[in-house]
Amino acid sequence: MRWSRRDFLKVVAASGGIGVVGATQVDRLLGLGRKPEGKPVYVPTVCEMCFWRCGVMAKVVDGKVVKLDGHPAHPQSRGKLCARGHGGIGLLYDPDRLKHPLIRVGQRGEGKFKKASWDEALNYVAEKMLKIKETYGPESVALFTHGTISTYFVHLLWAYGSPNLGMPSYALCRGARDIAFKLTFGAPVGNPERVDLKNSKVIVLMGFHIGENAHNSMCQEFAEAVGKGATVIVVDPRFSTAASKAKYWLPIKPATDLALLLAWINVIITEGLYDREYVAKYTEGFEKLAEAVKEYTPQWAEKETDIPASLIIETARIMGKNKPSVLIHPGRHTAWYGDNTQRVRAIAILTALLGAYGRPGGIYLPPKNPLPYYGFGDFCGIPYPENQKPEIHKGPYPFTREEGVIPEIIKTTLTEKPYPIKGWLITGTNLIKSTPNQRDTIEAIKKLDLVVAVDMMPFDHVLYADVVLPECTYLERYDDIFVVKERSIGVALRQSVVNPMYDTKPGWWIAKELGVRLGLKEYFPYNDFEDFLKAKCEALGLNFEELKQKGYIEIPGTANPYINEASEFKFKTPSGKIELYSKQLEEAGFPPIPTYTRHEQPPKGYFRLIYGRVPVHTFSRTTNNPSLWELMKENAAWVNAKVAKQLRLKNGDYVVLVNQDGVKSNKVKLKVTERIRPDCVYVPHGFGSFSPMLKRAYLNGADDQQLITRYAVDPISGSVGMRVNFVKIEKA
Amino acid sequence: MPRYAMVIDVEKCVGCMACVIACKKENKVAEGYFRTRVVEEVRGEFPNLRMELRSELCNHCEIAPCIDACPTRASHRAKDGTVQIDHKKCIGCKACILACPYDARYIRPDGTADKCTFCQHRLKEGKLPACVETCLGKSRIFGDLDDPESEVSKLLRTHDAAVRLEWAGTKPRIFYVNKRFPGGF
Ligand code: SF4
Ligand code: SF4
Ligand code: SF4
Repeated sequence: MRWSRRDFLKVVAASGGIGVVGATQVDRLLGLGRKPEGKPVYVPTVCEMCFWRCGVMAKVVDGKVVKLDGHPAHPQSRGKLCARGHGGIGLLYDPDRLKHPLIRVGQRGEGKFKKASWDEALNYVAEKMLKIKETYGPESVALFTHGTISTYFVHLLWAYGSPNLGMPSYALCRGARDIAFKLTFGAPVGNPERVDLKNSKVIVLMGFHIGENAHNSMCQEFAEAVGKGATVIVVDPRFSTAASKAKYWLPIKPATDLALLLAWINVIITEGLYDREYVAKYTEGFEKLAEAVKEYTPQWAEKETDIPASLIIETARIMGKNKPSVLIHPGRHTAWYGDNTQRVRAIAILTALLGAYGRPGGIYLPPKNPLPYYGFGDFCGIPYPENQKPEIHKGPYPFTREEGVIPEIIKTTLTEKPYPIKGWLITGTNLIKSTPNQRDTIEAIKKLDLVVAVDMMPFDHVLYADVVLPECTYLERYDDIFVVKERSIGVALRQSVVNPMYDTKPGWWIAKELGVRLGLKEYFPYNDFEDFLKAKCEALGLNFEELKQKGYIEIPGTANPYINEASEFKFKTPSGKIELYSKQLEEAGFPPIPTYTRHEQPPKGYFRLIYGRVPVHTFSRTTNNPSLWELMKENAAWVNAKVAKQLRLKNGDYVVLVNQDGVKSNKVKLKVTERIRPDCVYVPHGFGSFSPMLKRAYLNGADDQQLITRYAVDPISGSVGMRVNFVKIEKA
Repeated sequence: MPRYAMVIDVEKCVGCMACVIACKKENKVAEGYFRTRVVEEVRGEFPNLRMELRSELCNHCEIAPCIDACPTRASHRAKDGTVQIDHKKCIGCKACILACPYDARYIRPDGTADKCTFCQHRLKEGKLPACVETCLGKSRIFGDLDDPESEVSKLLRTHDAAVRLEWAGTKPRIFYVNKRFPGGF
């Protein structure tokens, strides 16, 4: 049968979508690139290539997404996308995508599955979940989740009756930072961070590599500030891209950052460089702070950090001179050592001393939010059942949050104390690559009656699943409305640009179908997701059609970036002031002012393993994406040039990294460079997948997480310090 | 006739590679090929280092050896002053590739030569080249040298600019302004 273009268009019209058939079919039907091309259609939506969530304009021609560009009005994209954002097309058309539900036939970890229908797969999961509920109680199912899909699955988990959830974005990433800012200023620093970069005169980055960490609008403002002549101070054992823009690069001895911060605070106070008026008006505990940091002199810090005292003093003076427009970036991934909260507390304290919180060029204030909160719970209008047993996901850490501490769930699964965990739902996170100590994770999996993976790609953890439920990509689905909290409040909509390819489904649909089978139908009172979105728009006072058309709507009059010094300003801390001295910490038995503790340094022959991001990938999520894989196929381990010479290793040699517990990495290329201290090895995160279903990423490069067998948990927040592993280098 | 040019404000490049992939998607560049790249150059020894991130692409040279070398006139100067390739005329002889001192060209899978077009199709619609539009650092700046008010003209009036391989005498229209190391990297 021959297809004419007209026939194809009829098919499109009949199904009412822009994209109806899969890309390969479109190609076959139309002949790729054969003229004439159809007229392009532009659909606004929201990116999910990382968790910055930029606004996107998707260009669709003949049912195929051909280009993604930045949404001009969305404050996190400003008309631009990062490399990964542009590469979203590669995810959509990745031939290795999960295409239909799967049920395991081999052993866990083998990756042997049989194709199943949605009914079969969902019934299987529901049956097991009901069995676990009956035998052990609902608390024995835990959820690991990341990203937008969490909205639906946390709702499902709570409706089912379990509190036990773990989000890697908290304890394995930003958690300590949020807790430290909450303790000090009464509010976390937000996502996107409320950093007023474009107005900063001094920018201090500690182990935070903007550029390599390609969060869109943050990169834009950083470059703008650099262009305007801001003084950049980069504290990093590695000469990062950002360091190449810096006036001061301080190649600090890893694990000693808190010493530098305390010495800076010491200089700012002893030299009277702090903002006296601001400190008097808005802070509490200054005298005690001044007393406590007396011992942390620059001379003392020089010995700890390898940074000359003179440079510590010089950089502190530059901050003092340019106050309050000094941004000491609080960072994002702050899960480094066992004292993460105290380290970020020191950043917060320094920020306060410089009067930089709520002032231009520092940290701007949260926008005024006139929109009511409206979640799934509000929509269904029924309360969640009461927990019958104590939650285990937060561990014994007094300041942790609902997002949980993933290693605690794994520990409980292993020990079955205080009660067994028998089912894991894993949605949108590659648990193998995001969590330290893979051996524990894999051992824990052996204890389970049910492992479910909901994902777009067959990542490492999918190999261990009993049931795999394929989610469609962000370009093929609606999601819950995003309330954007940048300088102003705005709302953004992710909408399907093309219809789902293969037998894949949106997260909201999967959660609902599972809910129905678990007897929780009343928690999911929608047929189509638009039912929920329309109700939410109504609650927020928005026009759904307008939102669909524009993609992003800013709520006027909500910006409130700086403290109005004329009127009284109250911080949301117990004292109403910035708490330099934290009574909350004191009462919980922790030092109310950060104190320095020395962390272990690598033994002879070993290097500290440090890790970070590259601009073209988001963790392991994108390593198989054909568009991004093309730009970076494997990672390379950075080693100082002199060290390489001693070890008789050349740039480009393949080596194996072996950690202190004897765990060996996959073979990895060496990057021999002057750009790193001799006492550490740097590995870009997320590579070396062992899932053979990822045909491009399979065994390409080394997996830093595999070498992170040790971790140090911060007793305040539960943040999991992962920079405490040492490796030696062996020839491959 | 405009005189299109690009100024690279080197200091503002954050190395995000958005330009590289935006170009690939916009121009449907085949797998394994790139029309533009960002080159990293490091000088010095630990800890006294400097580094430049430098965008490279076809220079749309005013004196273009690729045009001279082309036996079929497939490589030509277009009305808008840019250097273009007529793929129908190209026989894939690679003479232009040898003639270009900048490694700007490649043979694409259909056997014809290819390179950056300055996104001519977008310029016609009044849009900026794809790499410029998405440049996170606003490091790539595009405009008309004949318009004294264009950002490129203004930048070149107020800053010393370098071109790649000046000795080759090709009069490139990609200019590099390095405010951090004005004397040259
Ligand atoms: S920063 Fe990049 S990947 Fe992240 S949301 Fe924005 S465009 Fe997408
Ligand atoms: S850079 Fe090379 S391809 Fe471009 S115009 Fe000059 S000589 Fe020709
Ligand atoms: S998009 Fe701009 S900032 Fe990013 S790498 Fe390219 S030139 Fe540099």
